[in-house]
Amino acid sequence: MRDVVIIGAGMTKFGELWTKSIRDIFVEAALKAIEDAGVEYIDSMYIGSMSPGLFVEQEHIGALMADYLGITPIPATRVESACASGGAAFRQAFLEVASGASNIVLAGGVEKMTDAEDVTAALATAADQEYEVYQGITFPGLYALIAKAHMHQFGTTRKQLSDVAIKNHRNGSKNPNAQFGFEITPEQVMNSTMVADPLRLLDCSPVTDGAAAVIVASVEVAKNIKKDFVKVIASAQASDTIALHSRESFTTLGSVVKAAEKAYRMAGIKPKDVNLVEVHDCFTIAEILVSEDLGFFEKGKGGEAVENGLTSIESGKIAINTSGGLKAKGHPVGATGIAQIIEVYEQLLGKAGARQVKNARIGMTQNMGGTGASCVIHILEGK
Amino acid sequence: MKNVARYQREIPQRYRLEAGKCTSCGYIAFPPRLICPKCKSKNFETIKLSDEGKILTFTIIRVSAEQFSKQTPFAVGIIELNDGVKITTQIVDTELDKIEIGKKVKIVFRKIQEDGHAGILCYGYKAIML
Repeated sequence: MRDVVIIGAGMTKFGELWTKSIRDIFVEAALKAIEDAGVEYIDSMYIGSMSPGLFVEQEHIGALMADYLGITPIPATRVESACASGGAAFRQAFLEVASGASNIVLAGGVEKMTDAEDVTAALATAADQEYEVYQGITFPGLYALIAKAHMHQFGTTRKQLSDVAIKNHRNGSKNPNAQFGFEITPEQVMNSTMVADPLRLLDCSPVTDGAAAVIVASVEVAKNIKKDFVKVIASAQASDTIALHSRESFTTLGSVVKAAEKAYRMAGIKPKDVNLVEVHDCFTIAEILVSEDLGFFEKGKGGEAVENGLTSIESGKIAINTSGGLKAKGHPVGATGIAQIIEVYEQLLGKAGARQVKNARIGMTQNMGGTGASCVIHILEGK
Repeated sequence: MKNVARYQREIPQRYRLEAGKCTSCGYIAFPPRLICPKCKSKNFETIKLSDEGKILTFTIIRVSAEQFSKQTPFAVGIIELNDGVKITTQIVDTELDKIEIGKKVKIVFRKIQEDGHAGILCYGYKAIML
């Protein structure tokens, strides 16, 4: 496989974009990425999107977006892995350039969620419809089952869950593209509506419209157009049982552990070499589990780590979710995996403004679907 | 949403807790599968699962999907049955604050949801505290 680099990025603001359609927001993000990269053409396009069929009753968005970008007849394919769709789309673009089949590929993601009638029901399709959802469980409910088990087994506290949300909102307040770019207090978290015990509204990522895109290319292309780039040094993906109840443990995410092992091996690095990571904090408890399963903290110590400030931008240990994460930046499900890549790309180029991690050289993204039935991990390296 | 064929084909599992037991390695698949995830055998015998078990984890659903909104708040847990199979199910007929991890439960037959005003009634299993 040959080296693959990222040479451009673009995204919409995340939020409730009432005046814009799914095609508007995707084209906006894709054009920004193409203009940022300064490329004259692209060879193909992959678009991560979880469920345009349920959210806006539109399938076949690969062709739709190629049409509205004015780039037909290039191959354009939608990639679906629930909330990991964006990460999976990026991986397809990476593999296509790494293989030599293409030189310049656009990897994007989009979700238009606020048009939907029943978002909770649409999102629940990422779980086992017949043996989980049939019983009345929701996505917050599934992560609440994980939270309860983690608290019971390791003594993780309610305060530590709040600390994740508070830290991510603090980071998000420095991100102009964030849906909820403001700080929150411990009292606001504890006074927010209980959704599924012990998870409250401010433990949950929001319903969001948004799109994101990056341009992936060979090193030769990057050098020809004299563009600063970030190298993709690992791409890994793993699966697990669709139902949470089928797993040996509810307090470790097997797909995250497996994908991380593969990614570290491919990059030839260890967790301590990573300066920042964007993790899939669809719920606060997810960030705690994933910070352990990626090897940054011992199993059961993720809660303590956030409480002690080890995951903040300034910590110097491991900056987690500098963008504000899914919690504050917003979670347009199919776009999330690409937006994570963009945050790390900008950090490694030193362009993250007020939320810049000092001396950031290696960054990671961890994107997952369902309760971790899919996990996609990428590791990027700056100069 | 719940068309009749889709509902009816799950009846053996939901009404009678029927599972597939791998005749090679003993793995119990619930619901039944075509291939054993442990030993890749394709030979299963039908068994009935134990109707008793214990609570491994649980939550109280306070914001639900539309068809469950009349039931909120309600408890859902993961139950490990005595034969080792784990299922996600509601825990009912109890004060919500009496539910704890490790407590014993029995599986019973109950109505689960209605498919609107004119649709079918959907039945299945729930857990009660022992």
